[in-house]
Amino acid sequence: MNLNMFVQHFINALGLGSLYGLIAIGYTMVYGILRLINFAHGDIFMLGAYFVFFATIQFKLPWEFGVSLAIAGATLCGLLVDRIAYRPLRSAPRISALISAIGVSFFLENLAIVMFTGMPRAVLQPPWLMKPILVGDVRLIPLGLMVPTISFVLVSGLLWIVYRTRPGLAMRSISHDIETTRLMGVSVDRIIALTFALGSALAALAGIMWALRYPRVEPFMGIFPGFKAFIAAVFGGIGSIPGAMVGGLALGFVEIMSVAFFPNLSGYKDAFAFVLLIVILLIRPTGLMGEKMEEKI
Amino acid sequence: MNGTGTRARSGLLNLLPLAALVCFLWWAPANLDGYKLRVINLIAINAILGLSLNLIYGMAGMFSLGHAGFMAIGAYVSALLILTPEQKVTMWILEPIAPWLLNLHTPFIVSLVLAGLAAAFVGWLIALPVLRLGGDYLGIATLGFAEIIRILIVNLTPLTNGSLGLKGIPAHTDLWMSYGCFLVILVFVARLMGGNFGNVLRAVRDDEVAARTMGIDTFRVRTLAFTLGCFGAGIGGALMGNLITTIDPKMFMITQTYNLLMIVVVGGLGSITGSVIGSVLVTTMLEWLRFVENPITLGSLHIPGIPGMRMVLFSVLLIAIIIFRREGIMGTREFSWNWFFPPKNAPRALPDEGGRGR
Amino acid sequence: MTLETGLEPESGLESGSGSGKNAILEIEDVTLRFGGLVAVSGLSVRVPEGAITGLIGPNGAGKTTVFNVVTGFYRPTQGSVSFRGRTLTGLPPHKVCEAGLARTFQNIRLFHNETVLENVMIGAHVRQRGKWWQTLVPFAFPGALREEEEIRASSMELLSRLGLAAQAGAVSSSLPYGAQRRLEIARALATRPKFLLLDEPAAGMNPQESAELLGFIRRLRDDFDLTILLIEHDMKVVMGVCEHIWVLDRGMLIAEGPPAEIRLNPRVVEAYLGKDVPAAPPEHAGAWGIE
Repeated sequence: MNLNMFVQHFINALGLGSLYGLIAIGYTMVYGILRLINFAHGDIFMLGAYFVFFATIQFKLPWEFGVSLAIAGATLCGLLVDRIAYRPLRSAPRISALISAIGVSFFLENLAIVMFTGMPRAVLQPPWLMKPILVGDVRLIPLGLMVPTISFVLVSGLLWIVYRTRPGLAMRSISHDIETTRLMGVSVDRIIALTFALGSALAALAGIMWALRYPRVEPFMGIFPGFKAFIAAVFGGIGSIPGAMVGGLALGFVEIMSVAFFPNLSGYKDAFAFVLLIVILLIRPTGLMGEKMEEKI
Repeated sequence: MNGTGTRARSGLLNLLPLAALVCFLWWAPANLDGYKLRVINLIAINAILGLSLNLIYGMAGMFSLGHAGFMAIGAYVSALLILTPEQKVTMWILEPIAPWLLNLHTPFIVSLVLAGLAAAFVGWLIALPVLRLGGDYLGIATLGFAEIIRILIVNLTPLTNGSLGLKGIPAHTDLWMSYGCFLVILVFVARLMGGNFGNVLRAVRDDEVAARTMGIDTFRVRTLAFTLGCFGAGIGGALMGNLITTIDPKMFMITQTYNLLMIVVVGGLGSITGSVIGSVLVTTMLEWLRFVENPITLGSLHIPGIPGMRMVLFSVLLIAIIIFRREGIMGTREFSWNWFFPPKNAPRALPDEGGRGR
Repeated sequence: MTLETGLEPESGLESGSGSGKNAILEIEDVTLRFGGLVAVSGLSVRVPEGAITGLIGPNGAGKTTVFNVVTGFYRPTQGSVSFRGRTLTGLPPHKVCEAGLARTFQNIRLFHNETVLENVMIGAHVRQRGKWWQTLVPFAFPGALREEEEIRASSMELLSRLGLAAQAGAVSSSLPYGAQRRLEIARALATRPKFLLLDEPAAGMNPQESAELLGFIRRLRDDFDLTILLIEHDMKVVMGVCEHIWVLDRGMLIAEGPPAEIRLNPRVVEAYLGKDVPAAPPEHAGAWGIE
């Protein structure tokens, strides 16, 4: 493997990893607050990709506008999912909400088939994003550099919201003790909605960038990235935003590099994440940056 | 003792529906078309799968999303054992079949038992590491294992013929076979849950700490329930492969597990009766809902079929049930003849007839 | 419930700390640390066979932690626990139960969805010899079926002895609080223990009920041939029933002895009420009533 190829793989891994990270943040925030694996999160990612596809290709809207519309649309969907399928189950056993989440995921995927048909559709890549830049011997594609950069900026912004603003304080407080926070006069449902909104917006952006990288969209495109992002969240320590990003990057590197160095393993690419998950759960169930929770006897 | 009399009477009464079922199975093949027979077969197979998932999830409280993976193991083991060497040679076109597998051949019944055992063995191996996890982590880990199993099937071409799947599996599953297996497993689960072991299983589900204090080796009990559930999944998968006669890795995606989860949730988590009712309802509904995906012509009005609509309705139903009637149809109750014939002066204090009255 | 044994608590025991050869449970130099926090420190306790003894101390003193160490939920950082000459340290909770120790919980932990009778039958499972698969083929293993019937019958009998027979078919969570406490004890007894650990049996009871509890606990010891160690905040109960008491404060043993000595011990008073409070005169000591 020469330097050029290694740099290519490195940038690929960085891009894939930061996309996993962006999706993982939504999982980790919702899990941190509600202890719920939001199975529908991967499908919000898919919707984001579809929305931008329709906005720019079917309706010929300019890119900036299309992206904003897609993010807004996916965020709205995330909020609706929480309002309709999760909020009525706040006081129910956790497993009920989980089944509801599975139902929602199933619903969104099939709704996408009904509305957009099951056929994969090609996404038009704006030429300026694909024009290679030569740095020495290394060919760089602007898109490949843009994805990690945007992700980094977004995560910094999110961390600012969570750690420096009042709604962020409320979020962290809810994740410690939802009932006490409610008693303190915080409108818990609104803060949870905000959490879903932020997570969905990031997932939608990830979906848009994913659609540009692998230029196509299809109804089931959210399933595997969703699972993998969840695994990244567990790896990083569920509940921790930097952890989600680190987990996402780690997973991106494992996937890209193992196939790069052992090409005959490419058939097993999708299994790596699950193997990683099981190993983490066995060795350190709280993940890299998670806090330990113990049951009181 | 009063309980013994009631039990003997219940035993006799059980013969009635059994006789009715036998008559139906005898009558059906000559009088119903192939599609209807297939749906009736599927009801029994789904009931087996639902019962086995319910054993793991509803009764022992382990949220497993790996059932499709264990079904896949059962389906492949059975199919590989009953396909003839000639069929195998012609089917493996990407890579040649592993030589030791080529001439391996057993009768169907043997392959069925081995299918169950293979699934149970893999389930047991998986249980050792993952059953230490609780709740939703267990769900995601089992889902991961099911996916790993599927990916292995895709990639181990000399054993499984990869993504091409297996075709021309002899159609050994008929009504007698599927309903025979169903009844055996039904009785098996009912007896298991009716005895003190059933109480122990529910205890482990409800409060693990208290169960351990009561001298219950909770890890062993959970491993056992999980392994037994996987055995059922293997049997169900094998029967399904022999019914449809074609299997491929795509059949055993997470969607398959969702369908089973639906059966268990509709019927009532922890209820044997519920899983059977759930299987009848969900299986027939899934088939009946196909009409929304087929074009309909009403006089001059032509409604085109909408692909995907079936599953949209299905998932809306799942969400609605969880939100509005979380306990499903049966809750944790079980069918009992005492509903129809209340036993005379039998004290309610003896909950030995399944009518748990919760 | 109010049956009195006529046995004076103080007279039951000869050797003060139970250092005699008849100690059934020996906790030796047990220390338990959680990270930097020392929950129990260098605790040694020897519980004499057949006695009713108490473990007291202010909130957070580490009493329940001691129970958790003894019953195998926590492994001590240092030290050992032995029961009837056998080492328990490192055994998982279910093995501890098999060895003959049973316990109740501070915040009652019944199997809420099960009936009263089933709760007791679950307790009896640890002594059940038949295997799960034997009941699947009843004609081949009639013995296993008979054993199930025996367990049902003996569990019913246990319920009648504890005055719960009438509620046998009721779901356990539907019982009133006091009955739930008794059911938890019945369930523990079904494991046929030699030693019973009761974690705040009087919690949530009114004065009348806790007065009845005194006789009930003694009757348990006599009828079931038990040794009992209890954690309790209700001083009337502790002083009325225990023959020997250990006092914990911040994980350390600060006093031990018969109730008459303990209620006069200045260190104990200090631990409960803080410094600068003179020891209560003996005639008022019973009225500490720290709940």
